[in-house]
Amino acid sequence: MKPLLDIEDLRVTFPGRSGPIQAVRGVSLKLGRERLGIVGESGSGKSQTGRAIMGLTPPQATVTAKKMMFNDIDLLTASPKQRRSLRGKQMAMILQDPKYSLNPVMTIGRQIIETLKTHEKVSRAEARDRALAMLEAVQIREPKRVFDLHPHEVSGGMGQRAMIAMMLVAGPELLIADEPTSALDVTVQLEVLAILDRLVADRGMGLLFISHDLRLVSTFCDRVIVMYAGKIVEELASADLANAQHPYTRGLLNSLPRIGQDRHPLPVLDRKPEWAL
Amino acid sequence: MSPIPTQAGAGRTSARARSLFLATVRFLVIVVTTYLGLLAVTFFIGRVIPIDPVLAVLGDRAPQRVVDRVREEMGLNLPIYQQFFIYVKGALQGNFGTSVLTTNQVMDDIRRVFPATIELATLGTIIGALFGIPLGVLAAVKRGSLADQIVRVIGLIGYSVPIFWLALLSLVVFYAKLQWAAFPGRVDVVYEYSFTPVTGFYLIDATMQGAWDVLWDLIRHIALPAGLLGYFSLAYISRMTRSFMLNELSQEYIVAARAKGLSETRIIWGHALRNAAVPLVTVIALSYAGLLEGSVLTETVFAWPGLGLYITNSLQNADMNAVLGGTIVIGSVFIAINLLSDLLYRTLDPRTRTR
Amino acid sequence: MSDMISPTPLSWREWLMTERPGSRTQARLGRTYTTWLRFCENKLALLGLLILLLLLLTAAFADLLAPYSPYIGNLKDERLLAPSALHWFGTDDQGRDILSRVIYGSRLTLFVVILVAIIAAPVGLLIGTVSGYAGGWIDAVLMRITDIFLAFPKLVLALAFVAALGPGIENAVLAIAITSWPPYARIARAETMTFRNADYISAVQLMGASPMRIVLRHIMPLCMPSLIVRVTLDMAGIILTAAGLGFLGLGAQPPLPEWGAMIASGRRFILDQWWVAAAPGAAILIVSLGFNLLGDGLRDALDPKEEGR
Repeated sequence: MKPLLDIEDLRVTFPGRSGPIQAVRGVSLKLGRERLGIVGESGSGKSQTGRAIMGLTPPQATVTAKKMMFNDIDLLTASPKQRRSLRGKQMAMILQDPKYSLNPVMTIGRQIIETLKTHEKVSRAEARDRALAMLEAVQIREPKRVFDLHPHEVSGGMGQRAMIAMMLVAGPELLIADEPTSALDVTVQLEVLAILDRLVADRGMGLLFISHDLRLVSTFCDRVIVMYAGKIVEELASADLANAQHPYTRGLLNSLPRIGQDRHPLPVLDRKPEWAL
Repeated sequence: MSPIPTQAGAGRTSARARSLFLATVRFLVIVVTTYLGLLAVTFFIGRVIPIDPVLAVLGDRAPQRVVDRVREEMGLNLPIYQQFFIYVKGALQGNFGTSVLTTNQVMDDIRRVFPATIELATLGTIIGALFGIPLGVLAAVKRGSLADQIVRVIGLIGYSVPIFWLALLSLVVFYAKLQWAAFPGRVDVVYEYSFTPVTGFYLIDATMQGAWDVLWDLIRHIALPAGLLGYFSLAYISRMTRSFMLNELSQEYIVAARAKGLSETRIIWGHALRNAAVPLVTVIALSYAGLLEGSVLTETVFAWPGLGLYITNSLQNADMNAVLGGTIVIGSVFIAINLLSDLLYRTLDPRTRTR
Repeated sequence: MSDMISPTPLSWREWLMTERPGSRTQARLGRTYTTWLRFCENKLALLGLLILLLLLLTAAFADLLAPYSPYIGNLKDERLLAPSALHWFGTDDQGRDILSRVIYGSRLTLFVVILVAIIAAPVGLLIGTVSGYAGGWIDAVLMRITDIFLAFPKLVLALAFVAALGPGIENAVLAIAITSWPPYARIARAETMTFRNADYISAVQLMGASPMRIVLRHIMPLCMPSLIVRVTLDMAGIILTAAGLGFLGLGAQPPLPEWGAMIASGRRFILDQWWVAAAPGAAILIVSLGFNLLGDGLRDALDPKEEGR
């Protein structure tokens, strides 16, 4: 089967005070209708990888790649307008904190409808119905009430569900979730993940799950990519995580606390400069 | 933050009523203390600083008989706190005494001249907002570009130039050389009586009465002063718009809006500016207040018969009642504008609306 | 890596830019140096600095620079002359050389600006820091007073003050100072609130320092950078207000070569002899532009979070 997303040698370069800085340095990945996790610490380039796929790289940075295919569309040659029509409609992205990623002065309902109206010609009534249905799909109990609320009036978990509704309402095939649960309470995290999991499975979407939480990713995704300093250091199936080869991945794994094990001294991540080469 | 509880009971409504009550009390305290402060300062200026307030009001050529009568009238033989009390009472009734210069009640004079100032400042603010907001947005969106630099320079010059000087130069260019603008004043003598001022806002009066030739003359008169005040307002508004927009454009919800596939136009004007509009309201209100004040200098140059000219004329004739009356009126409008912008801010920002 | 071990002495730049300063002075100098570098990247800010340096030099050497006397003109045959090689900016109605008057006028401008800053900034600083550090009802009362003054029309209030005090440059300075302290109090209070509960303040408290000592020795110095930026940005406004008062005949009195008053005297001839008013106005514009540019640059250099974007 042809992959949904096929990327080869992706590089994202930012201008810096002392010459250009590569945030992403030659990432290659293929994504089908599956759940792929990208793990790495802050600054490992995982978020920039996601944003480059979306076409949301900041204007001062440059993106290059040998190949960047989404379905049959060559993202490298696609015009900005084409890229825009893809966003929201065929690929979407969930951001970290709904407190900041929802427009504070717009009601939740209007923000969901806005996605629809951008990509489809729908009547007002139909847009409203579909937005309400979407709110129901993310398991919001009183969709009609939440529809008219402003983002500050809902909890973090509900906000993130609204965010998911807003991004999925136009039915994208690829979803990039950039730390979608890191800003939420632990109890709410699982709820949101379950909702996300069901929607992705039901709709047969491809999911790129970006996180710093190796354990979360390994339980939630089919495959895991480990990134360090802008490069992929290891790629493996979630089930094989225990057999990880790369010392960095092993380091990450060792940092996970386990019940019944002495945690003194706390293990420290060992970073060798040669990994970044 | 938690979701709004569904078991909305009596406890919640009473809590809301209580907080509304507290907010109202706070609001009233602010209004009253600010206004009292304004009156205290003008009282201080008018009655405490001058060695002889009677002399300050009447000038030194008044006959002793008049001086004595006025001293009695002003209540200067009373202790100072009583004087202040009487002063506040008078001011609240709009009684600022009589003007030495016009021999009218100061309040009547002000009522007559104030519409001209309001007309000028309003037009100036409209011009400033109409051009300033798009320029600020442009500068923020094209940050670092030539357009940004140009907007910045336009703004900086507006911040730095003495308004009366620019007014004089504009008279040289647009009146003397190009003859586009009319001679300083509000309306040509020819038209002075060819329409009846109803509202006191001549532009509206002339339009309503269909006096088109008068309207044209009015426009030729107001264009320069309003344009100049508009420029000052533009300098301030464009600069603040730029800074608010830069702040909004760096927020995460802009990234989310892009991820939804919205066009840049929609993101800039529909999302970022809609959020920037909340603090912008305050800026526009402040700029309006600033123009009311700036009118003191502009009106002098353009012989615009408004409150600013009234104050400066009174100053030149040591007519303290008129000066302080004008100060109190402008101060009151300032206070009102400040409070109004505060209220508007609350209605525009949903985060402050509930709670 | 190797030159860290090598005995070759570090250059000044390296010494300043080191990641591991050896002493407090070195760290402080290093920080100042990086701020200076950031400031220098801003060409417009450097222009502002240059303008103000020129203003200072002009004021200091007015006697040498001015080709004629600023007070005594040739009433007989040099009245209202257009700009020429002899009189670069022309002459006024008293036959005085306008260039010389503008040059001497720089002294008055500096006088006003410095005096207002010396009066208003400490008042605002004191009220703000006391208010922020004391908290409670002292804070409530002081801030209410500050807000009341903030709600006033500054220029009109200054006008009324001068009208009561009598015209003159000293009274103009006083009036402007009275109306310009509130923003400083607000800033100083906001700054104070941020470090009131900091550990190093608690440490001084534990050592038994009096509130007065803490405010004067520990809090006030911390408020200085933001206050300096704000004062610099306000300078332009102060110059414009002073010129406005001068223009209305309430500031410096004739024959003092105050720029605003010079414009007022040129007003009568504006349509025919525009140069009488043109030169002093341009001088005001340039100087307040200088302050605005410098203030902007200072703010950007001292506030790195703006700069990164």
